[in-house]
Amino acid sequence: MPVCRPAGRRNSRLGRLLLGADSIRRSIYVLGMMPAVWTFWLGLTDQLGADPQNTLERTLGLWALRFLVAGLAITPLRRLGGPNLVRWRRAIGLMAFYYACMHLSVYLLLDKGLDVSEIWADIVRRPYITVGMLAFTVLVPLAITSNGPMIRRLGARAWQRLHRLVYVAAAAAALHFVMLVKVWWGEPLVYAGLIAALLLLRVGFRLRRRLRGRTTGTTGQDPSPRPARETATESRGV
Amino acid sequence: MLIKRPSDIAPSEITPRGVYLRRRELLAGAVSLGLAAAVGLRADDADAAPLPGARSPLSTTDETLTPLRDVTTYNNFYEFGTDKGDPAKNAHTLTTRPWKVKVDGLVAKPGEYDADDLIKSAQLEERIYRMRCVEGWSMVIPWVGFPLSEVLKRVEPQGSAKYVAFETLVRPSEMPAQRGFFQPLPWPYVEGLRLDEAMHPLTILAVGLYGETLPNQNGAPIRLVVPWKYGFKSIKSIVRMSLVENEPPITWKSQNAREYGFYSNVNPAVDHPRWSQATERRIGEGSGLFVRRRPTLPFNGYGEQVASLYAGMDLRANY
Repeated sequence: MPVCRPAGRRNSRLGRLLLGADSIRRSIYVLGMMPAVWTFWLGLTDQLGADPQNTLERTLGLWALRFLVAGLAITPLRRLGGPNLVRWRRAIGLMAFYYACMHLSVYLLLDKGLDVSEIWADIVRRPYITVGMLAFTVLVPLAITSNGPMIRRLGARAWQRLHRLVYVAAAAAALHFVMLVKVWWGEPLVYAGLIAALLLLRVGFRLRRRLRGRTTGTTGQDPSPRPARETATESRGV
Repeated sequence: MLIKRPSDIAPSEITPRGVYLRRRELLAGAVSLGLAAAVGLRADDADAAPLPGARSPLSTTDETLTPLRDVTTYNNFYEFGTDKGDPAKNAHTLTTRPWKVKVDGLVAKPGEYDADDLIKSAQLEERIYRMRCVEGWSMVIPWVGFPLSEVLKRVEPQGSAKYVAFETLVRPSEMPAQRGFFQPLPWPYVEGLRLDEAMHPLTILAVGLYGETLPNQNGAPIRLVVPWKYGFKSIKSIVRMSLVENEPPITWKSQNAREYGFYSNVNPAVDHPRWSQATERRIGEGSGLFVRRRPTLPFNGYGEQVASLYAGMDLRANY
């Protein structure tokens, strides 16, 4: 997806440096990593409370979920008349993946000490871990194909279809969180609700499109006007 | 009943002798002289008052104590919120005096006991116990308390009494999670023990820890401690104990009977459906992030004293 594009030609050099798509994208990566850096720092300096390992593990998982929610919110935001942030979706999606990697690494290395038999037992016997692993596994091909050459290789349509798997990953991640806690309460339900709402909105868009397609006799294409500079890849898909 | 000392622990678990000896001296000195507050151990808790307990042969003396800060800031006490930091944040609003404990049901002498009277009339002991949470973490806590059996004997249970049911306070004005639309559990929190478990010398009512009165977030002013069972059995801030004939409907079992059983004895061989119980993370151990899990012991290491209570029982079925 060609996202490295300046915001507008009239921008001054300095403006481009500060506000250009490139620098915003870069700041997503840099600022996005701050919670991880900060939490690791707190952990290394023994400031993560009584159970630092668990706190680190949960914080990283929570940020993965937050970036997933942010990534999923971009299309509905545009469809509902908000700004079009699609050019930064790749960065947001990759942040979700990086946090999922760190979350998983803490579990595998610090929590389980790479004890393969215990990890395997967890995966096959504990549904919340099975579901969490599913979420991660689904994210892997999406991360691998999140670059221009892969989009070209796959073709926009196939790439889009593949990247709809993020719906599965997000639903599984939300379920993983809900299943982890002992009572139906609080934060896990908030995230599950957000993700459910973002997925249901898409179902709504699709139904509306189909209905309009039937009445106007078109082929189910999105009738809403689309900014000319967007490519098909950017506007559709996830 | 035969009371044995706890068995020897594997050498790997023992603190180096020098450190160990110094720790005991320091701790015993601070506790018995009521110096804990003076040396700033409890600078964060203005309400704490010295409450020394005599040493007990039933204490677990060969483990490193979990730091007070961790014991008082990492709590499951859902009346104050579901986050483990919530009780320390919210429980200061709880009024713990005056406090009555009602003892009723199948007893010859039912009555209401004032918590202060219970504490004054008891021979307080220091009981150092391992505490294993069902979530896979553990602590070692120096409780101050007295055997539950002392209270039970006083009220004279009838022959038909088979169980003891316990209830935690319900006071929405002081317990934030008891207010509002979303409440994590139905109240009151209910726990229970078989009468022989309740009468066992290891089972205590705790009224203090680290040589001082119990902080609110740890279940002030009076709570149960059953060291061979998962932590949720050790009900906090008790207002009622009833001697009953049938197994009481304990809170977690009625929430999810597949995951929480009435007995809930610590058992590494019986997994919780959602997580393994084979190992545990000892809170406060190691350096921050790098804590190795340690194996969980059957009956939390108190098998020699309590396994006989369950002779002939299938502990997989009666989890």
